[in-house]
Amino acid sequence: MTSSTALWYASRATGVAALVLLTVVVVLGITASRRGRLPGLPRFATTSLHRSMSLLAVAFIAIHVVTAIADPYVTIGIAAAVIPFASPYKPLWLGLGAISFDMIVALIATSLARARIGRRTWRAVHWLAYACWPVAVLHSIGSSTDLRTGWLLILTICCCAAVLAAASWRIGTAITAPGRAQRPARALAAAELSTAIELSTADRDAADQWPDPRYRSGDHRLTGAGTR
Amino acid sequence: MSEETTRLQVNPIACSGHGVCAELLPELITLDEWGYPVLAGDGTVPLWLMREARRAITDCPALALRLTSVPAVASGRGGLRESSEEPQRPGRAGAAKLGT
Amino acid sequence: MSMLAARVFDQTRSQDGQPVSRRPIPAGESGLPRLLPPAAQLAAADPRRSLDFTAHLARHGLPRFRGAALIEQAGSAGLTGRGGAAFPVAIKLAAVAGAGRSAIVVGNAAEGEPASSKDAALLWFSPHLVLDGLQAAAEAVGARTAYLCLHAAGRQSGPDLAAHMRAALASRSAAGTGRTGVELVEAPPRFLAGEETALVAMINGGAARPRDKTRRVSERGVEGRPTLVQNVETLADLALIARHGAAWFRSVGTADEPGSMLCTVRDPGGRVRIVETALGTPLHRLVWLGDDVQALLVGGYHGGWLAASSARQLSLSNADLRPAGAMIGAGVLVALPAAYCGLAETARVARSLALESAGQCGPCFNGLPAIAAALAAIAEPRPARQELANLMRWAGLVAGRGACHHPDGTLRFVASALDVFAGEIAEHSRSRCTAMRSDQFLPLQAAALAESDWR
Repeated sequence: MTSSTALWYASRATGVAALVLLTVVVVLGITASRRGRLPGLPRFATTSLHRSMSLLAVAFIAIHVVTAIADPYVTIGIAAAVIPFASPYKPLWLGLGAISFDMIVALIATSLARARIGRRTWRAVHWLAYACWPVAVLHSIGSSTDLRTGWLLILTICCCAAVLAAASWRIGTAITAPGRAQRPARALAAAELSTAIELSTADRDAADQWPDPRYRSGDHRLTGAGTR
Repeated sequence: MSEETTRLQVNPIACSGHGVCAELLPELITLDEWGYPVLAGDGTVPLWLMREARRAITDCPALALRLTSVPAVASGRGGLRESSEEPQRPGRAGAAKLGT
Repeated sequence: MSMLAARVFDQTRSQDGQPVSRRPIPAGESGLPRLLPPAAQLAAADPRRSLDFTAHLARHGLPRFRGAALIEQAGSAGLTGRGGAAFPVAIKLAAVAGAGRSAIVVGNAAEGEPASSKDAALLWFSPHLVLDGLQAAAEAVGARTAYLCLHAAGRQSGPDLAAHMRAALASRSAAGTGRTGVELVEAPPRFLAGEETALVAMINGGAARPRDKTRRVSERGVEGRPTLVQNVETLADLALIARHGAAWFRSVGTADEPGSMLCTVRDPGGRVRIVETALGTPLHRLVWLGDDVQALLVGGYHGGWLAASSARQLSLSNADLRPAGAMIGAGVLVALPAAYCGLAETARVARSLALESAGQCGPCFNGLPAIAAALAAIAEPRPARQELANLMRWAGLVAGRGACHHPDGTLRFVASALDVFAGEIAEHSRSRCTAMRSDQFLPLQAAALAESDWR
């Protein structure tokens, strides 16, 4: 095998690995934001894995990009790694890859500096993740024919399904979640319900109004009514 | 002589009850029945837990934990730290019962 | 509007209308009323007369102390905030003035508390004093812009308070006073709307919900600038101190708690009056505490109950009230007739307070509803030991874990009810209730149903 072919295989392989890793990162990120848990693992594992996987994905993408540029078979300028559509070879699809890579850099940089830039800025930038992943998938499908046949096609479909499922879960809970204005009312309804259940299990009817007129004390004392 | 104590503080508005902090720092943080963190004591972080505390702070998905340094001298109503007063309820049975 | 006038009087009259003090009160000197117009004018007139700027200047004169001198006078006078927190005004003024950047002043008339209407009454009857105070405070802290936040159509049904204030502002600009522009802001009728950080957030365009207190409004508030937030009564007091000085302010009240304050008094018949009184006045002079009264609520819904027997011995001063477990707060005094069930009243208010939570902090929007539901069960004439134990547990969980003082204040109110109405709890555990009426005595506010109710 020539070195060119080795580089080409390395680029394709790390590309596929990066795609899978990115899928895992997105699904873990959505799980963390919904306060979900991975079965059998503590909660901090979700955020920890999310972070570690994203760094691992960057490592794989770095190798993917370097090997693709170094491969003499096709001409891809160094600048094309970060500047979209700057590559002479397949400018559109590689451009999408560059866009995705830029976004990943932004996501990770802001996450590392999270304490310094503040919550709101960090959150605003992190929404990019929902754009970043589809762009990466488009880049993968368009840049080479690998993912269009065989088990790599199945892999791609699984990744898409996983992210779609997680995203629809996210959207679903966001739509049905009570806004801040409804939270106290909902908590009150739940609390009153559980009190009513306790009342009924204590073998008494839940009174609708207080004081219950059936239970008046015999003498109507007016002075210091009921105080010590 | 005033020392500085480092205290953990929860930003209650940002906190959305993820519970990651309680797993990483169970010595100082427990969760109440609704999933929100309760700090042990006044949240003072002993030196041997500083590393775990910093990890809890960076790992909080909502960035709701922070460290503050407070001078160890008892703070009265100086400056604008206290923006409202709470009445003392010494010795009344109700206060003792409610622990406020 | 004459209905409003009839509900306001000064403290020189006792319950049956006989004058208590025989000393004549010279206008503008150390007597009362200071903030409100003289009693004779109140009884007859309508609030439109209070818009007359010339008459206002004729009564009060022109300010003598300005800027740093005014801050000094406020310090010597011992003026504290009249919005409930009683924070020393001079310290706040100095902090904002010393922040180094162009500041902003906010006058807070967003009482929020259903049982309090003193700020609205002050705006109706002494708008120019409040605006003078706003002006004086702006000058003292170096502010060019001022905001006045109020509930336009609040508990005082009737004419529009905002229109009244606009008319007052118009008469001032016609007279050519004031370089500080005053903008009127309407606050939603939420309990928490008048909280300092909530007010600032609302002016900045957001919802009137309290924000993180570690970001101090005196450093970064409206538009990110140092902001002074003061209750309108405090501003009116400041305007008077600017004219008459610290010694004059201290000539009424006690040594530790000088000055006068406005109280919203609800007597057992349900009538509401605004009373201007010196601090240290005995409570029985302000509100009817006869045998048909079982308890007195002091300080509003974040305040505390006092048994009538204790209240009869106490005066309107924190020195008296704090050891008894209450505090003056915003000067709300509600006498609860014996015919009502104190627990039922407290339970309904607690439910309303739970719904007034901003819904931001887990312990508050979960804990207060749980406490309210438990209290509702205790307020029924049935044994409720489990609910009482739950309530104690939740109270311990909720205290101090919110961003603002809503959970703590509500707990204080509930705890004092459990203390004062302990006998009633005992009766209820025997399936009896000593009350004769089941309607609601304490005023409640309409619940916030949607996000728009917070803007």
